[in-house]
Amino acid sequence: MGDFLQQIIGYINPYYLQILVNIGIGIILALGLNVITGLTGQLSLGHAAFMSIGAFTSALLTIKLGIPFSINLLLTGFITAAVAALIGLPILRLTGDYLAICTLGFAEIVKVIFLNLDSTNKALGLTVPAAITSIPMPIVVWIVVILSIICVTFIHSSRFGRALMAVRGDEIAAEAMGINVTLYKVQSFAIGAFLAGVGGGLYAHFMGYINPSDFGFLKSVDILSMIVLGGLGSITGSVIGATILSAAPEFLRFMSSYRMLVYGGLLVCMMIFRPNGLMGGISFTGMVLRALGRKPHLKTIMEQKIAETSRPGNGNS
Amino acid sequence: MLTIDQLYVNYGAIKALKSISCCVKKGEIVALIGANGAGKTTILNAISGIVPTLSGSVSFLDETISGIPPHEIVKRGISQVPEGRRVFANMSVLENLEMGAYIRNDKSAILEEIDQVFTRFPRLLERKKQLAKTLSGGEQQMLAMGRALMSRPKLLLLDEPSMGLAPMLVAQIFSIIQEINASGTTIMLVEQNANMALSIAHRAYVLETGEVVLQGPAAELAANPEVRKAYLGE
Repeated sequence: MGDFLQQIIGYINPYYLQILVNIGIGIILALGLNVITGLTGQLSLGHAAFMSIGAFTSALLTIKLGIPFSINLLLTGFITAAVAALIGLPILRLTGDYLAICTLGFAEIVKVIFLNLDSTNKALGLTVPAAITSIPMPIVVWIVVILSIICVTFIHSSRFGRALMAVRGDEIAAEAMGINVTLYKVQSFAIGAFLAGVGGGLYAHFMGYINPSDFGFLKSVDILSMIVLGGLGSITGSVIGATILSAAPEFLRFMSSYRMLVYGGLLVCMMIFRPNGLMGGISFTGMVLRALGRKPHLKTIMEQKIAETSRPGNGNS
Repeated sequence: MLTIDQLYVNYGAIKALKSISCCVKKGEIVALIGANGAGKTTILNAISGIVPTLSGSVSFLDETISGIPPHEIVKRGISQVPEGRRVFANMSVLENLEMGAYIRNDKSAILEEIDQVFTRFPRLLERKKQLAKTLSGGEQQMLAMGRALMSRPKLLLLDEPSMGLAPMLVAQIFSIIQEINASGTTIMLVEQNANMALSIAHRAYVLETGEVVLQGPAAELAANPEVRKAYLGE
């Protein structure tokens, strides 16, 4: 099985393969931040810090303890989530800009710590041995992507997800409904960090080398741009946003030094013409159901209504 | 049912409430009236736990509830309609009502409750699937009240239900408040519109800069020349 998959992977151009993996990791990170910022409405500018915690934890688990990769990833996720819960407890009492600044500070602290720890090889960074898996790494990444999408979709449609949306809508009103706002915020923070940690672990093992500076402020902003571009709170949006922004720098490579200019321009135009994001206000399931003919289009509903009311003998008789 | 004893609340250096004592008996409508900044909303927020108290006690059904977090207080049977309604703007009317029943688990009873809210507020039924932010002010007030009723409160705290509404709507909202009270929910009401509040309340407290200056049966207060002069525009 593993050999067979390896053979298939072998047919794909390694360059494209790398882009595909980058997209996959981007999606996992974006989905995580989408739970925190999109669903719960807590602006975090430190998502890359959780990714770096995941990357270094996972790398050290492999290097020092030689833990099998699947368990390693899960363990990494839980450790990252635990760190998030620990720092979330004090800082999630803040809201809006204050919280954003706090997460920013936290991210810098994490970076500086990794830059100075002996076990993470300081500023030289860590070389991570390739993961020993029976399935090739790109496929592992995409399996995790699919699992993440399923989990996050489940969260969105659950009672828990509804409570998170209420917190996003109005914290005081949510509290008045009997929702323990701080607890829910910490939980959503931990879930987002779990995904970031797993994404970081995959990144570390796929890239083979990690450096604390890879996970700076710009990386956090990158991930935030993905979910804003896709549409805050939309899962389909996160996937599309992550795909576009992970692939764009590669596909714009032919413009050499102008590519970041175009990339920036893309973001600006996007915010002007679709401020709610690509998928903002659009229900993906609704779209699919309509395409399959299961759900009547709004226009047809209106037409039916009009037909009903104008039918003779309706109403007063 | 609810007893507040010598309650003090500070916002930083500002003394918002100074030794407030009041009570609400089962089945009553109690109104808190007073000018802006008198501390009316602060009292409600202190009861529901949103604002921390400095000293004094709040007890509900013979249990002390001061110091308990807001989400626990909801579970004890106190539900607040916050000032300015605060409906969940991006949720539909139905979803807002479902949020109101968040602490409950009995699905069929919740559906019954939703039906009851819809019979009480037929306008909400018409707008069931609409996003709350597209409702008019009056409809949002109805939704906020309906949502608060979804947790089946023993005591309902209403903060300025008349705020920003046309006089006709105010009258409608107040008659609904009386109906809710008649069906067994005790109500504590904060109002700027002293006239309306005194016309439906059983008892009332008049607040001035964080202190109770007058109290008594609503009809008596409405006839009091001082109150008439200060709050009823005579």
